[in-house]
Amino acid sequence: MQKNLETLEARGVRVVAISVDPPAINREHTAKQGYTFTFLSDEKAEVIRRYDLLHEKGFEGADISRPAEFLVDTTGTIRWVNLTGDYRVRLRPEELFQALDRLGAPGPR
Amino acid sequence: MKRKWNLLPVGGFLLSLAAFFSYYFYFVYIPVTRDFPWASLLIFAGALALLGLGLRRAFARPERYRGRFSGPIFAALSVAILSFFLFYNFSYSKQLPDSKAAPKVGAQAPDFTLPDKDGKPVTLSKLWGGDPDVGTQGQWVLLVFYRGYW
Repeated sequence: MQKNLETLEARGVRVVAISVDPPAINREHTAKQGYTFTFLSDEKAEVIRRYDLLHEKGFEGADISRPAEFLVDTTGTIRWVNLTGDYRVRLRPEELFQALDRLGAPGPR
Repeated sequence: MKRKWNLLPVGGFLLSLAAFFSYYFYFVYIPVTRDFPWASLLIFAGALALLGLGLRRAFARPERYRGRFSGPIFAALSVAILSFFLFYNFSYSKQLPDSKAAPKVGAQAPDFTLPDKDGKPVTLSKLWGGDPDVGTQGQWVLLVFYRGYW
């Protein structure tokens, strides 16, 4: 995601990551990996539950989120969703860029 | 006549190990070898071929080659590694929840406020709609849910 961040920002898209990790872990992780996009902590998996993405005991007995991507426009409407059926198989950037082209994402601001 | 060492079974076993670990440390970072692990499966096939040849000569020509005892052990270990790899990549990783109630295209994204890495609360609707208090404009948002446990 980091590699394509510039392209996404140029298209006016803000990238926000969510996981069950606490802020301190996210701080460490983003510093180590050099990630500059926003990382949010959903430690109790409340938002993950509300989006119906909870993967119970998905990682060493702990509840986590299944991988998923949602594209939200400036009215808060969901415009595009990607739910992988296999957590090894992740979103390819081209798919996202094609979706942005198709949907007419606002582009540079 | 002294019997020769039979290195094919141990070679096959080492190649199985290499096939297994190279996936997680190398091929997983390249989409074409990650989504369907054909490169890893090819290496496993090579490993099985070595094991097959090694076992054949251990049993067919025991007077020349060693490995009737160690060969089957290496073969069993290799098959165990391959089975684990197949199970993990073709079954385990597909065991995901239904997510039938996940928000669909056209629906309003459920709003929320969560702390960022510095503990500062971030509200989704203030990202898409802008926040007049701090003078930010709204913009499209890509929400990326991760398995986490970095």
